[in-house]
Amino acid sequence: MLVALAGIPVLIALAVRLTSRVPSGRGPAFLDRIAENGLFAAVTGLLVSIPLFLPLTVGVVAGDTIAGEAGLGTLKYLLAAPAGRVRLLLAKYVGAAVFCLSAVLAVALSGMAIGALLFPVRPVTLLSGDTVSVGEAMVRVLLIAGYITVSLLGMAAVGLFLSTLTDVPVGAMAATIVVAIVSQVLDNLPQLEWLHPWLLSHYWLGFADLLRQPPSFDNFASNAWLQLGYIAVFGALAYGRFTTKDVLS
Amino acid sequence: MTGGPAIQALPGATSATETSAIETRGLSKRFGRQMAVDSIDLSVPRGSVFGFLGPNGCGKTTTIRMLLGLASATNGSITLLGQDIPARLRDVLPGVGALVEGPAFYPFLSGAANLHRLDTADRHAPSATRRQRIHEALDRVGLSHAAGKKVKAYSLGMKQRLGIANALLAPRELLILDEPTNGLDPQGTREVRSLVRSLAAGGTTVFVSSHLLAEVEQICTHAAVMSAGRIVAQGTLSDLRRAGHVQLKVITPDVGAAQGVLARLGLEPAVGRQDGADGQVTAEFPVDAVSPEEIAAALVGGGVRLRGFLVEGSTLEERFVALTGEGFEVEQ
Ligand SMILES: Nc1ncnc2c1ncn2[C@@H]1O[C@H](COP(=O)(O)OP(=O)(O)O)[C@@H](O)[C@H]1O
Ligand SMILES: [Mg+2]
Repeated sequence: MLVALAGIPVLIALAVRLTSRVPSGRGPAFLDRIAENGLFAAVTGLLVSIPLFLPLTVGVVAGDTIAGEAGLGTLKYLLAAPAGRVRLLLAKYVGAAVFCLSAVLAVALSGMAIGALLFPVRPVTLLSGDTVSVGEAMVRVLLIAGYITVSLLGMAAVGLFLSTLTDVPVGAMAATIVVAIVSQVLDNLPQLEWLHPWLLSHYWLGFADLLRQPPSFDNFASNAWLQLGYIAVFGALAYGRFTTKDVLS
Repeated sequence: MTGGPAIQALPGATSATETSAIETRGLSKRFGRQMAVDSIDLSVPRGSVFGFLGPNGCGKTTTIRMLLGLASATNGSITLLGQDIPARLRDVLPGVGALVEGPAFYPFLSGAANLHRLDTADRHAPSATRRQRIHEALDRVGLSHAAGKKVKAYSLGMKQRLGIANALLAPRELLILDEPTNGLDPQGTREVRSLVRSLAAGGTTVFVSSHLLAEVEQICTHAAVMSAGRIVAQGTLSDLRRAGHVQLKVITPDVGAAQGVLARLGLEPAVGRQDGADGQVTAEFPVDAVSPEEIAAALVGGGVRLRGFLVEGSTLEERFVALTGEGFEVEQ
């Protein structure tokens, strides 16, 4: 999955390279800027991965955490080892969180690499109009990667909880992905404005402020609080469910 | 109850918990409306090889899941190695090796890697000795040659052996093996039996479930027979044998006199087949009422010409069938 994710910016960069001229204003934001500065391959790769590819892979990993072990029958042996139910749940969540980080880094790093390979890399003009050095720009890309990783942690907690409900991993994976997609759909319905700040995906695309000088961390903080809330609620639900669950598979 | 009195191997609950590896009181598990385990009192002495017998679906695996804290009991209490379950699970489980309803492994990892993963899950397992212990466990079940092979390439019998190896990763006080001979060939079954014997000789208590009496009869010192969620007999193997009906058969020409003597001893004689001059008188008798030698003496004293005298207990197999039924019906 990490390889597939790393392939996304590569695909984008190759497409841009082969079609020589991208009409500006079409396709994902920043697409037209890749040719003039390779660093934008990373930003564009991250941007197009957020709505679907990243939630898909995180859903698969988080949905598999407990249900996968139950489906294989290995859960009973882990618990009899004894792994300890709380400890196992924590280890599984940490594993999913590490995957979130690796997934985002796979896109970001491969984007920077392929961008540097195919296009010139030069100082970047930020959204605020200021220009920053290549090194500083790379730090900004990593900041965005951190932002997106945090964005996915709440979803990983939802997946962990759903995974404690079933012995069928595919069911938990699908349900987790559906949650992420429904959240994005709801976030696009103006009628539900009041609900938007509470939606899992509300801040997913809100990292543009990190591309200003000086960077603004307001969204970063709101997002982190929201995700922390999701982690607390669904972590508690997962704990409540898993510590009392009969393991019969 | 489908017959026979339940025999308690050990008296008194308080003293029993110290000498017992497993002790349950009124242990029950309900699935919906069905009582899968119905108020059972198990008493497994330390150092015993305890056969947990019963047909498919009678509740053996469900009981074992409760013993290991995998499933919660609907009712009743469990003491494992002297500690309350589930309250003290974390302290007890490191001393317990288990195989529960078939082995389960990650198909894309090798046998050794699977054991490594499970051993890592146990916080108490020392990592310094891990390789050594995995190697020894695989060796014990005869899997050393396949240690590096992916589990998906294992046969059912090899997986079963790997499951047993997992139970042997650390020195255990108690082994709980749920149908360990499933999927094994006769040679493998013999190997498991000798493995259990050697473990028991080393002081490990072995609790082994089976739906086949013959598989475990030779190795068990104690057994419990379960039927439809209830325990219908429990005790040492010789207790169980004796608890079957014992029949007395007297061959004599003096049928009338023999009947008289037996009736006076409190038995209920019946006249059997007549064979020439000799007749047969049979009677069932309770184990402790009168000893066979007293009966023989009484018969001779009563002027009965004894030409044949036989006291015959039913085999354990007959007893098992009598307790659990013989049909193909799976118990619901
Ligand atoms: N997860 C479950 N849900 C409902 N009923 C179950 C479940 N597991 C087992 N049972 C029922 O409990 C009874 C005992 O099953 P089990 O303990 O597996 O029997 P055994 O191991 O002796 O073959 C069976 O009648 C079975 O149908
Ligand atoms: Mg079973």
